[in-house]
Amino acid sequence: MEWDWTFAAEITPVLLEGLKLTLLITLLSAIVAAVLGLVFAVARRAQSPWVARPVTFLVEFIRGTPLLVQLYFIFYVLPGAGILLPPLVAGVIGMGLHYATYTAEVYRAGIENVARGQWEAARATNLTTRQTWAHVILPQAVPPMIPALANYLIALFKETPLLSAITVLEMMNQAKLVANSSYRYIEPMTLVGVFFLAMSLVSVVLLRWLEHRFGRLAK
Amino acid sequence: MTDWSGYLTLILQGALVTAQLTVMGCALALVAAFVAGLGRLAPFAPLRWLATVYIEFFRGTSIFVQLFWVYFVLPFAGITLSPLMAGVLALGLNVGAYGAEVVRGAILSVPKDQYEATIALNLTRLQRMRHVILPQAVPLMLPTFGNNAIELLKATAVVSLISLSDMTFQAQVVRAQTGNTLVPFLAILILYFAMASLISYAVRLLERRMTRGLDGVR
Repeated sequence: MEWDWTFAAEITPVLLEGLKLTLLITLLSAIVAAVLGLVFAVARRAQSPWVARPVTFLVEFIRGTPLLVQLYFIFYVLPGAGILLPPLVAGVIGMGLHYATYTAEVYRAGIENVARGQWEAARATNLTTRQTWAHVILPQAVPPMIPALANYLIALFKETPLLSAITVLEMMNQAKLVANSSYRYIEPMTLVGVFFLAMSLVSVVLLRWLEHRFGRLAK
Repeated sequence: MTDWSGYLTLILQGALVTAQLTVMGCALALVAAFVAGLGRLAPFAPLRWLATVYIEFFRGTSIFVQLFWVYFVLPFAGITLSPLMAGVLALGLNVGAYGAEVVRGAILSVPKDQYEATIALNLTRLQRMRHVILPQAVPLMLPTFGNNAIELLKATAVVSLISLSDMTFQAQVVRAQTGNTLVPFLAILILYFAMASLISYAVRLLERRMTRGLDGVR
């Protein structure tokens, strides 16, 4: 089978439609991952072992199991418990939760990099635990970690095709629909690959800039 | 009352396929990582470019797209692979690209005086790698390789989508036949977690074995 340029041009708008949804999912999941990751990281450092232990186990468990199975779990099992989620929401929660376990490690490294004296100074000035985190530790821990977090944003973007398995109409699913109705696999699959590669290359440039902007803070 | 023992066998058969994919994928990934990682450090420029293109391509596109491309597009070019072969190929080459960067980083982090010493001793390039650089670089690679192996294990779930009957696929079969969703999915989540724990345990053992006698060096 030969590569057909007219067919490729014909299906590009459909795929771009999917790309828009892919980007939306990436953005939403990234927000969930960034926020939840911070919660995990702080909870793992909690004084009480009743908080720290279960959270640690949960993080390890989520990180040790495939995202696809977690998506199935959220999409197929939760409705049995009365929680019915639309595919898009289930996808965003699944991806956000999965990547939160990765960003938690990034935050942890950032938090451990904050000098001990800062903790002691916060204690000496009689700040509450909340104030210590919000005004002393996190403002110093998070900015140096921004390039590392952006790395996971790119990884997250590349995982979005998995959502086609729970019927979200993102780029890969659009491509599969086109391929199944026209019996032509070369153009849609290759175009999806090209789009992903293009987006990844652009984001690498962005990442370099972020490293330049925030990277030296990590030293 | 559902007969669970039959369904359990089905899921365990899937676990075997998953294990098979993981082991074969890791073997391919290891080879690809060393070839591409050393290729990026080669003194011959076209070899470096080739390795860079391979690494950037496989890291830049998603494993899912690569798998579908191998399974659905390659047959048109006359290369028909069984689902298992397609899965091993895509997984191995994908994870190998990540591993290549690990190999490169580890080799570059061996102190420069070690290279100078090998030149002073008049070792050939092969001897230098075999006896001086790699024994110091490999222990540095191991922890990240362990993580990569777990990533590969998790990525095997994707092959269920090209109709390979791995653990995830079998769980879907059980779900379709019994209408029960919680039991099969919870079972395979636990099995995946057990496999991941096994890998990280094995890597820790290997690390201890490999760093034996290096205490004074690092």
